[in-house]
Amino acid sequence: MTAQQPPRQNNGTALKIRTLSKSFGDLQVLNNIDLDIPAGQFVAVVGRSGCGKSTLLRLLAGLDQATSGALLAGGAPLADNRADTRLMFQDSRLLPWKKVIDNVGLGLRGDWRPRAFDALRAVGLADRAWQWPATLSGGQKQRVALARALIHQPRLLLLDEPLGALDALTRIEMQQLIESLWQQHGFTVLLVTHDVSEAVSVADRVILIEEGEIGLDLTIDVPRPRAHGSFRLAQLEAQVLDRVLARPANPEQPEKVSPLPTQLRWAL
Amino acid sequence: MKTSDQWLDRLAPWALPLLLLAAWQVLVSSGWLSSRILPPPTAVLSAGWALLSSGEIWSHLAISSWRAGVGLAIGGGLGLALGFISGLSRWGERFLDSSVQMIRNIPHLALIPLVILWFGIDESAKVFLVALGSLFPIYLNTYHGIRNVDAGLVEMSRSYGLSGFSLFWQVILPGALPSILVGLRFALGFMWLTLIVAETISASSGIGYLAMNAREFLQTDVVVLAIVLYALLGKLADTAARLLERLWLRWHPAYQKKGANA
Repeated sequence: MTAQQPPRQNNGTALKIRTLSKSFGDLQVLNNIDLDIPAGQFVAVVGRSGCGKSTLLRLLAGLDQATSGALLAGGAPLADNRADTRLMFQDSRLLPWKKVIDNVGLGLRGDWRPRAFDALRAVGLADRAWQWPATLSGGQKQRVALARALIHQPRLLLLDEPLGALDALTRIEMQQLIESLWQQHGFTVLLVTHDVSEAVSVADRVILIEEGEIGLDLTIDVPRPRAHGSFRLAQLEAQVLDRVLARPANPEQPEKVSPLPTQLRWAL
Repeated sequence: MKTSDQWLDRLAPWALPLLLLAAWQVLVSSGWLSSRILPPPTAVLSAGWALLSSGEIWSHLAISSWRAGVGLAIGGGLGLALGFISGLSRWGERFLDSSVQMIRNIPHLALIPLVILWFGIDESAKVFLVALGSLFPIYLNTYHGIRNVDAGLVEMSRSYGLSGFSLFWQVILPGALPSILVGLRFALGFMWLTLIVAETISASSGIGYLAMNAREFLQTDVVVLAIVLYALLGKLADTAARLLERLWLRWHPAYQKKGANA
């Protein structure tokens, strides 16, 4: 188990998106998207509000139907195995009239209680199992929602800005939790987010969607665990932001301001 | 100090009624108010005691409660069923809702002459009226409650594989329940109102009959007693509805008064 590459147990869905389009009436939201996501990859999808990134997620989750195009998991249509795909919403969408543990077990049959406890333990909330969701904080609710998604052992986990409403510290905690669960289970992740810095720090690959098309497809070649505020991450973040804000990309980064050990050696 | 504050809190709601009762007693016994107009509270109490010891009051209470209960069960059940149909299916809403709304706007007590023609002054007449009175509040609030169930929760539940009955039982019904219980409380109010009117106009038993009968013999104390009985029954029904809310809406932040972490 090297730090560079998380163990891939090949539990993830290999996602193929082919000429995917979606329009609502006259409004073309997604325009001929083609995308290949290898099994187990952590992909962040960024873009301005209304660029179609959430629509893409809803199509993948089967909540909306594509106007044209295909969604494939391996060789088969993604829709053939709905249970393999789980979506986590921006608002936790816990049923307020079910205890935390019953929310985690939603839609399960048979003896699911022990598994629900395991899922809650994985997100650190086993002691809250018998409480009403109304007594939880925003971050705790999202962790319950995460447990509810994980108990189905998804091969594709879709995250629709699940951290958008959380405070900065809780966000970082949640990012780390999601990252570690992903490393443990090896599912494919599609994280939609507004926050470019979050995207860059947590994902293998950042995809920028602009006006329904893929504007940028960037591999984040930074080994894990990643240090917050690392220079390389900041560079990548700037690259995405420049593109989002339609600024021309900086012509070759000027050499690093603070001299690094290697440069010092040259200077000497 | 804290305990005495608590006692004060408990007793405060009773202060005004007790004061009024005392004033009433003083006014009547000092002769300011004729006991023909309003008998003193003690007379009402003794009339109650007389009826209680002869056992007569129980038969009247029983028959009135039976009419109220059966009427509410029929009317409420129908209102609930129709509300589910309108709330759950577009087709049902189109087919039912405008008709129900039209009938709802007829004051149901206006049907009394017709009801007497149909059923005479039989039990079924009163049960019919009570059912009609309690149907609409429950229908309206059930329909409204289902329509206002958070669409995001329904979407989420569908994506977790719920559908059909399990979706209804686990998501839609609990989501609509706060509104349905509001409807129930309205229905309880209409239930007593309708029953009082129906029993006053045409009955040979029940609390309303007790009051009308006493009026003929100028027993003002019994008339007042009947009114007090209605008030007590109304309070009892309201308390029952509150208990249901406490029981079924435990999850609701508004009903988690103390010990949020319990």
